Amino acid sequence: MPELADRVGEVVEASTTDFVAQCYELYQSPPLGSLVKTTDLPVEQYGVVYHATTASLEPGRRPIARGRDEAAEEDVYRSSPQLLKLLRTEFSAVIVGHRQDGKLYHYLPPRPARIHSFVYQCPPDEVREFGQSFDFLNILIGARLPVSVEELVAAALRQMSQVYEDPRAFLVAAGKELAILLGGEFNRLRAVLGRMR
Amino acid sequence: MVQENSQRLGIVVSGSLTRGVEVRLDSSASVEEMAVGRYVTIEGEKRRFFGMITDISLGVTDQRLTVTPPDVSDPFMAEVLSGTSTYGTLHVLPMLTIGGDVASLIEGPQPVKTVPGHFSVVKLASQQDVELVFGSEDERRFYIGTPLDMETRICLDLPELVKRSNGIFGKSGTGKTFLTRILLIGMLQKSAAVNLIFDMHSEYGWAGTSEGGRTVKALKQLFPEKVAVFTLDEENARRRKVSTDFVIKIGYDEIEPEDMALLRQTLNLTELAVEAVYQLARRFGRSWLQSTLELKDAEELPEGLNIHESTLSNLQRGLATIRRLPFLMPQSPDNAVRRILEYLDRGINVVLEFGRYTDITAYILVANLLTRRIHAQYRERMEKAMGEAIAAPHPLVITIEEAHRFLNPGIASQTIFGTIAREMRKYNVTLLVIDQRPSGIDDEVMSQLGTKITCLLDNERDIDSVLSGTSGKSELKSVLSRLESRQQALIFGHAVPMPMVVRTREYGSAASYKEFVSAGEAEVKQQAEKDIEELWE
Repeated sequence: MPELADRVGEVVEASTTDFVAQCYELYQSPPLGSLVKTTDLPVEQYGVVYHATTASLEPGRRPIARGRDEAAEEDVYRSSPQLLKLLRTEFSAVIVGHRQDGKLYHYLPPRPARIHSFVYQCPPDEVREFGQSFDFLNILIGARLPVSVEELVAAALRQMSQVYEDPRAFLVAAGKELAILLGGEFNRLRAVLGRMR
Repeated sequence: MVQENSQRLGIVVSGSLTRGVEVRLDSSASVEEMAVGRYVTIEGEKRRFFGMITDISLGVTDQRLTVTPPDVSDPFMAEVLSGTSTYGTLHVLPMLTIGGDVASLIEGPQPVKTVPGHFSVVKLASQQDVELVFGSEDERRFYIGTPLDMETRICLDLPELVKRSNGIFGKSGTGKTFLTRILLIGMLQKSAAVNLIFDMHSEYGWAGTSEGGRTVKALKQLFPEKVAVFTLDEENARRRKVSTDFVIKIGYDEIEPEDMALLRQTLNLTELAVEAVYQLARRFGRSWLQSTLELKDAEELPEGLNIHESTLSNLQRGLATIRRLPFLMPQSPDNAVRRILEYLDRGINVVLEFGRYTDITAYILVANLLTRRIHAQYRERMEKAMGEAIAAPHPLVITIEEAHRFLNPGIASQTIFGTIAREMRKYNVTLLVIDQRPSGIDDEVMSQLGTKITCLLDNERDIDSVLSGTSGKSELKSVLSRLESRQQALIFGHAVPMPMVVRTREYGSAASYKEFVSAGEAEVKQQAEKDIEELWE
């Protein structure tokens, strides 16, 4: 079982291609592009974080400015401790693979995650295992997302490269894969490569 | 069959049998490390193909790359793009197949009749592959050089080679003479053939010089018991301290009208003058040359000879040029042809040095005159050998330099060399033609040359003429014009399974002499052992 310390939130919305999770702690969403997973046994789903928001719990009630008489930003939260309970941080992840019966597949799982599945940040060993194949890049490149795909791909690869002893070699290998995937679209390729360093 | 140790280059992506196949280079293989003329193997599904790189090019997946090139000063960008968006391609001409089953292993490499499938893996040919294709040194095969960037020995099957007439071509200074020397040594050691070499610049007999002015040993110094040096110029030989076996003198009466026909261009004779020679010869017989020179004018011509005054003086001028050649004399003391044949019959190779008489008149006259008689003798003997059960004479290889002078389209049909090139294989006589202007040689003769060995040529017409009738001509053309100017040659034709580029073996150092001589000795020993064994059988 994954470590409790890696747990970052719970699924609150799920579809075949992505899921939205709410963070347990305000502002503690995993970084853009990081690899997360749900443990909805027997299938574990892997996702890449592509979007995070922090907003009011109730969609109709927007936060109002409170810091006029405070000296520092932190004082706003200190003088209104209920704020931490009225706001929430959510993040979205695009599903890039799953594990079933101990085997890792770099394509979409058969059905979406259950609501309230726990979401964990993947530990380095698991990231390395996942990064052995670049098939997930194809899903990322083809995804329709509110953020630019080039931005996301670059962020994901940057994040992944950090767990390797030789991050550059990993990035070069990934870059070559991208060069093949984006064979006819050199401008997109250039945009991704430019953001990978 | 698969050699794991050879370097993988890429995969076959397209192609055809006639044009060769396109190979996309792996990103790990650098375009700059490739070289035209290198051998590769292609691992097909059922058989392996052996081919040669004939062209190298660059490709991009997206044309936009060429219009707005990426920032290649960024090493990351450069590394990612190389081999993916930008890649190298090789053009490979498959030449031979090596089948996987036992039967084809015994048969050896066969000419290609198909191409390897899509995405077959291409590798640099390994030492074993090259040995499999070109064989290793044995009693028939002679080590002539190595492939580019490899230490494997490429060997020529010399008994097979001398079955046809062959040519050695190349610009001057590209190592034709060295190559010829090596080849002559090979023939001397490995084939049953004897050589008669018309050595215009006295380079093959005793000693020659290298481009750097260094003296190198020639045949007689290396194989004194197998080579005889004949000379036309005794004085020159003595000055060079060359021990000669025989001094050739030629009598006027040995010159025949056919010889004059050949010399028409060099002596500036008119068509009519040559015609007149035949008339004069018919009238005066063998002493026609002497008699013609003694005539004062057309008035003195015997009755019935219809020769114009100006024609006669044109002819006399030409004949006077010949007469000035010091090796010509009214009556020759010895029969040069018989002497040469005596040596050849004993299996001794004859090098005929021209000494100071390096002008083309002397060369054409002597070479043609001697060859015609030797040819006649061979023909006679061969015919006799066919009729009766006696041994045929030793196969004879006649080496001529400046071959375009004998074999140009104008006179190739008249000279004996044209005849030999065309048909004398049947009579055990073949030519080794050495020339720097192959375009000057008659097409018909060129097409009859079995194996062609060519050093660098850069004249378009010369290249065309050497490669005419060869399959994969345009591919070979790019290989040929990119040979280095020294020590490299392209060999193709009858005696080799496929065209090949060789770096010719070293010649001129003490070690190289030793190697040449010791190879010969080993063979003598082997032969002796074999003889002894046979004796006791």
